[in-house]
Amino acid sequence: MSPITRRQLLLQGSACIVAFSWAGHAAQAQPARGALPLDQLDSFLALQKDGSVVIYSGKVDLGTGHRIAMRQMVGEELSLSVARIEMVEGDSALTPNQGPTAGSTGVARGGVELRQAAASMREGLLALAAQRLGTEVAALTLEDGRIATSDGRSIGAGELMVGQPLKLPMNPKAPLKAPSRYTQVGQSLPRPDIPAKVTGRHLYVHDFMLPGMLHARIVRPPAVGASLQSVDESSVSHLPGVQVVRIRDFLAVASTDEWAAVRAARELKAQWSTVESLTSHERVVEWMRKGPFAADEDLVHKGDAARIVALRDAPDRLQATYYWPLQSHGSMGPSCSVADVRADGATVWTASQASHRLVAACAAALGMDASKVRTVYLDGAGCYGMNGHDDASVEAAMLSKALGRPVRVQWSREEELGWDPKGPPQLLELSARLTPEGRVDAWFTEMWLPRATANLAWIPLLSPAAAGLPQPKGQSTGLISQNGDPPYGVDAVRVQAHWIDGAPLRPSNIRAPGKVGNTFAVESFVDELAARAKADPIAFRLQDLSNPRGREVIERLAKLMQWRTRPSPSAGAKTPAARGRGMAYVHYKHNETFVAMGMEVEVDRDAGAVRVLRVACVQDCGLMINPDAVRAQVEGNILQTLSRTLYEETRFDRTRVTSVDWARYPLLRFPEVPRLDIELVQRQELPPLGAGEAAATPVPAALANAIFDATGARLRTVPFTRERVKAQLAT
Amino acid sequence: MTQYRLIVNGSEQQVDAWDGDMPVLYALRNTLGLHAVKFGCGLGQCGACTVLVDGQPQRSCLLKLADAAGRTIVTAEGLGTPEKPHAVQAAFIQEQAAQCGYCTNGMVMSSVALLARNPKPTREQAQAALAGNLCRCGSHDRVLKAVARASGQREAS
Repeated sequence: MSPITRRQLLLQGSACIVAFSWAGHAAQAQPARGALPLDQLDSFLALQKDGSVVIYSGKVDLGTGHRIAMRQMVGEELSLSVARIEMVEGDSALTPNQGPTAGSTGVARGGVELRQAAASMREGLLALAAQRLGTEVAALTLEDGRIATSDGRSIGAGELMVGQPLKLPMNPKAPLKAPSRYTQVGQSLPRPDIPAKVTGRHLYVHDFMLPGMLHARIVRPPAVGASLQSVDESSVSHLPGVQVVRIRDFLAVASTDEWAAVRAARELKAQWSTVESLTSHERVVEWMRKGPFAADEDLVHKGDAARIVALRDAPDRLQATYYWPLQSHGSMGPSCSVADVRADGATVWTASQASHRLVAACAAALGMDASKVRTVYLDGAGCYGMNGHDDASVEAAMLSKALGRPVRVQWSREEELGWDPKGPPQLLELSARLTPEGRVDAWFTEMWLPRATANLAWIPLLSPAAAGLPQPKGQSTGLISQNGDPPYGVDAVRVQAHWIDGAPLRPSNIRAPGKVGNTFAVESFVDELAARAKADPIAFRLQDLSNPRGREVIERLAKLMQWRTRPSPSAGAKTPAARGRGMAYVHYKHNETFVAMGMEVEVDRDAGAVRVLRVACVQDCGLMINPDAVRAQVEGNILQTLSRTLYEETRFDRTRVTSVDWARYPLLRFPEVPRLDIELVQRQELPPLGAGEAAATPVPAALANAIFDATGARLRTVPFTRERVKAQLAT
Repeated sequence: MTQYRLIVNGSEQQVDAWDGDMPVLYALRNTLGLHAVKFGCGLGQCGACTVLVDGQPQRSCLLKLADAAGRTIVTAEGLGTPEKPHAVQAAFIQEQAAQCGYCTNGMVMSSVALLARNPKPTREQAQAALAGNLCRCGSHDRVLKAVARASGQREAS
């Protein structure tokens, strides 16, 4: 599957689509496809004369395997090999707006829409072919781009549209292929992008160059919120070709020579005002308790309210406070973008997971009508949410406009860790009591969260704010309050959110937003209750879990781990190198993927060092299009979240973020990578539920529960640094 | 402008630069168009820019152009192509050992260097050799399997 080229498409021709450019080199020469309504099948799919197909996907592949999975979903319905399917992703002028690639919706929503488009295309092609061949639809088969009758006549799918454009409506009821006949869906076909990725040929946005392009660097203020008082441009006049751009508090340098731009950003002398606007990371909890609050909201309130109220003064209640810190996306490649802004229109090459949404932000900053702005998605380093890509793209656009040439903006490591919008902090206080029989009687979760959830808050992009330019609202941190209640049958449950005005640092969505912290608290606390009941943690969970798919993943996990039924902590909890096991369970968002996660750990009591020996995981995410790609997502969820749990906290003082390199914001490294045992449940007859996030959520609690089992110490604050572990062991 | 002579992926290259202190990363990426070399931190902390210099893995973000002059540099492009990948690259493909892939070329280079000095590394030895290569997507386990595969060992999973 070589990348499609504009020339190939032009040669092949198409009555549906004129042409497009894979890498966008000639993008501006290409006509936009105009409005691409979601109820028109040719918004999503274009049939080529030779019977091959081009997918136009508004959702993109963020390293997640959508590039193969979506081909498989379309190919299955059309009985067409994935080798004959090309894919254009996230180009605002060529693809329909299917929303951001976020919330684990790539396959579950984006892919499902494409699948329905393919089923509609199949239905339409068969109807046309029946007319042409003078036979019944039922007598026709579609295979590899040809439609054949049982008596041996056939016609190429592409030939059906000769002389007339193939304008078929999307039929939401077009029948899907029966799972028993699947030949592609459910197969672990290799991803098409990997050969180029491992041989250095894959085009990332970081590699995209235009003739006459300038390399730019942004000069950030020394303190968040500082204003620019003066700039001494002569301080960089010794560097070749450097231009300085200042728009109010927005400051940048550019040169045709990238190294000159790097040096200019370091050496430019500028005076900034002194401000101390931040709370500092040590005082976030205090800030969260104090407010100001925007609102209190009951997210769940079910069962006997009196039993919840009675919790407050019950002497036998269990109560615990959990904290999840601010964290960075930690993308390996700092954000980057290229823009070419001209009088008659702008093109922005971006790795944003929301390339369609980005159009409005660019248009506002440029003072240009949105219809004249085109965003073209190119792969970036993994972002796992809204990192700095959106900022960098608008910055490239602002600078291209200011300098009259194409501009590439490349963030530094310090910028990426310091200035990417952060996963917000979460504080949770849980209380519950047990019935005499050892079941949960009543449960109350209180959560303190920055009020920056879907469609409520405005997360400003850095540089339009600094330059005083308008920008649209609508960025969001995702649904950060979900999974705050236990997934087990508890009779009386209340979950209350205290929404705090503002945020300690600009907030964002990071993989499984909020659900990682909430599941950490809930599933740790369930373990605390199990220990109070002197019950085995799995048996305690299963006694009140009715969902059969949930039970199945937990029961399979127990087998996979050879789980021995006993309460925690283990009898050997006082040994110097203490070993233990723990688990956690999630039903993601209470209506998506089921995951049971288990850990085996060793804790060095003297050093406070936690070593994860083994992670076991059983996941049911419904229909798996490509099981190996799902497995890669589960592996990534496990390892990334282990990193977040063990090591990661964005630290900041009163002025700025201080954890701005990999020494001060450490990640999990190879020597700490445990053995992974992953079992995936295939559900061919059920809808796909998404695999990009769910398995992240039970990781922290499974780890905390294993540490408790090993040592009897309960960790309720992330990250589990050596100091914190030692302190907890000492109590 | 000063002219620097490098031997890159088997052929001699001239790079004109106004500052010999420029990290060779920028010469490889911008002058020679070798984009396998990725900018990750500029601090020698992540390994995304790893190349082989006279056979040894080095961070091209820290190596000054003037110090690289006359030396032999190999990037991932010089190992193989998508059609004819190097044995290590082929193993990465077979294990599907990349997600976003941004860190991957650095891992390929570190793995090639490891296998050159230790043709049959254990998992622990591979983990130690790759300790300076960061990955955010969590492709580590597959990378370790790819190293085992490239060394002709089948890793017990």
